[in-house]
Amino acid sequence: MTTGASTLSAPGAVPVVRRARDKTFALKLPSIGLLLVWSIVPLVMTLWYSLQRYNLLSPGERGFVGFDNYTFLLTDPGLATAIWNTLLLVGSVLVVTIAAGTLLAVLFDQEFFGRGVARVLLIAPFFVMPTVSALIWKNLLMHPVNGLFAFLLKSVGLQTIDWFADLPLTAIAIIVAWQWLPFATLILLTAIQALDPERKEAARMDGAGPISMFVFIILPHLGRAISVVIMIELLFLLSIFAEIFVTTSGGPGNASTNLPFLIYRYALLDFDVGGASAGGVLAIVLANIVAIFLMRFLSRTIEA
Amino acid sequence: MHTLKWLLAAFASVVASAAFAQTQLNIATVNNSDMIIMQRLSKEFEAAHPDIKLNWVVLEENVLRERVTTDIATKGGSFDVLTIGTYEAPIWGKKDWLVPFDDLPASYDVDGLIKPIRDGLSANGKLYALPFYGESSFTFYRKDLFDQVGAQPPKTYAELDQVLPKLKAAAKGVYPLCLRGKPGWGENMAYFDTLVNTMGGRWFDEKWEPQLTTPAWKKALTWYVDNMKKYGPPGASSNGHNENRALFATGKCALWIDATSAAGYISNPKDSQVADKVAYAVAPTGTVPNGAQWLWSWALGIPASTKHVQEAKAFVEWATSKDYIQLVAKSDGWTVVPPGTRTWTYEQPEYLQAAPFAKLTLQAIQQADPIHSSALPIPYTGVQFVGIPEFQAIGTYVGQQVAAALVGKESVAKALELSQAFTKRTMQRAGYYKK
Repeated sequence: MTTGASTLSAPGAVPVVRRARDKTFALKLPSIGLLLVWSIVPLVMTLWYSLQRYNLLSPGERGFVGFDNYTFLLTDPGLATAIWNTLLLVGSVLVVTIAAGTLLAVLFDQEFFGRGVARVLLIAPFFVMPTVSALIWKNLLMHPVNGLFAFLLKSVGLQTIDWFADLPLTAIAIIVAWQWLPFATLILLTAIQALDPERKEAARMDGAGPISMFVFIILPHLGRAISVVIMIELLFLLSIFAEIFVTTSGGPGNASTNLPFLIYRYALLDFDVGGASAGGVLAIVLANIVAIFLMRFLSRTIEA
Repeated sequence: MHTLKWLLAAFASVVASAAFAQTQLNIATVNNSDMIIMQRLSKEFEAAHPDIKLNWVVLEENVLRERVTTDIATKGGSFDVLTIGTYEAPIWGKKDWLVPFDDLPASYDVDGLIKPIRDGLSANGKLYALPFYGESSFTFYRKDLFDQVGAQPPKTYAELDQVLPKLKAAAKGVYPLCLRGKPGWGENMAYFDTLVNTMGGRWFDEKWEPQLTTPAWKKALTWYVDNMKKYGPPGASSNGHNENRALFATGKCALWIDATSAAGYISNPKDSQVADKVAYAVAPTGTVPNGAQWLWSWALGIPASTKHVQEAKAFVEWATSKDYIQLVAKSDGWTVVPPGTRTWTYEQPEYLQAAPFAKLTLQAIQQADPIHSSALPIPYTGVQFVGIPEFQAIGTYVGQQVAAALVGKESVAKALELSQAFTKRTMQRAGYYKK
């Protein structure tokens, strides 16, 4: 592990660290063990069930079936739609939250009257439970008869939109973006506040206007914060479920079924434990592929 | 000091209640109006049985199904009393997942249960759930609007086609046709299955081959989509039974084909603005009379995993007894008593007088025939469902496709093709074609 050069440059330092690590390892063991059990046991069980024929409604017919569940899943005509919907949902919400979040962060960095209150209000949506906010959007805002949007459209003489029937994925993306916008704004705002005022001053002295200030000073500075937002949001957005469950139930047809909802359909509407586990394994694989690409991309931007 | 006193008091009360040994019964039920009344009146049961405490879990129909099925299939034991229907009771009874009701007291008068309902809840000659209410389907229509356009309630879908444009022209702010659109095998599919049946269709042929792309299905779905678009309310794809009931009760619908059990609510002036304007008629028929009206009962069953069989039985027998019906009559009026379970109810002069829909309900239930629900030969029983475990998955999926066709996300042909493919796959996976 240790190269000769490093031993030379700091004689004795590395072995000391080593010894300390050996001593404390026993103390760390319980938590590491717990973490392993926590993550490995469910994974192994999912893998195991994905090779089993196991439907809750016919418990008598359990048994090993090899890769039957995977064949069944991969030939599901709804699978491609579900994966596409997942990517579409994640992508659109990321774009919206980061674009709007950056603008809001710049805005909230300015001094204005009532900024403290405005900041609290801005963060509020993040603390509303997904099911609750989905219900509010569904029944109070987007409802085609009683909703606020329908009222506004009608009052200017336009046709009302039946959001969850005509634009289900867009409607869900709007709800989710509304929930995640505060998070993006918050992270980006703290990043902007960490910007060295002297740099801003120097730029201003060089004659930079607000737009070139934003493009050449603030945006490059935000690069790292934006990567963090992308990574954290991605983790949560890949598993959007509550909003879909409450509003469209994945419909109409398969129009708003994403991968988590497809797995839910296998598990709790078809009661097919084997098929649902195979879906879970597929989701893990896909999430890891996305994660690998992202990590590479991020490590490059952070180093740069 | 104060804290200490509080703690002591709390401790004492815990000890006292433990000494009392109260049994807690967890009851899962659906959020229909009759169950809401039951929940309210159950105080009387608790008063009569101080050793039993009832915990209610009231859920929307689709969620209830999911929770209850998962619980019973995994022997989770979260519930002591389940609200299930004529679909679940025989299937689960055959698997011994439910406690049979074979020691009912004579006072319960089990032979007084209406026969098709009792048969629907039995398997192998044993009764596995007691009916809380029973229903078929029929037509609700606004007498005032029909008089205004000079029309009779439609006996057939051809007659319905004639009357809808007249209603649309005559009635401002009233949608001529309300039907279920919310996806779910117990929601939009319940109505849609009756439409398929009476248009001469069936789910499966004798070899369990799905028949969803046959002309009868195309005809039914085309009629449904076209007429709901032209004459239905906006957002119809999210209207289930309860949403349509609210629309009709607030005077927004001229004609509605749905569960007979909603008639009590619609005829009750306390809940409904159209109580004096509504009238009832037999559900319209298409090319064949078979299966135009469904048969359903929401019933109370006891999972075999419960530890409190005796207490659960006491509650279920109370909630489905004649005494309970009389209790509802006394507190809420005869109009809203749980219908369709006992012939005795239909012999009460007060009920016949208070409920203009009573005779028609009884007639519809007695005429519904789950064995011959299609004009063609079928290997299954059930009017608005197929009595096999796989049907929940199939019905849910097909319900989604029907809703997609309704909102125009998919064409009729495409929706039926996808449904056919899903049904075939599911049946194949379940091993129906092994031989």
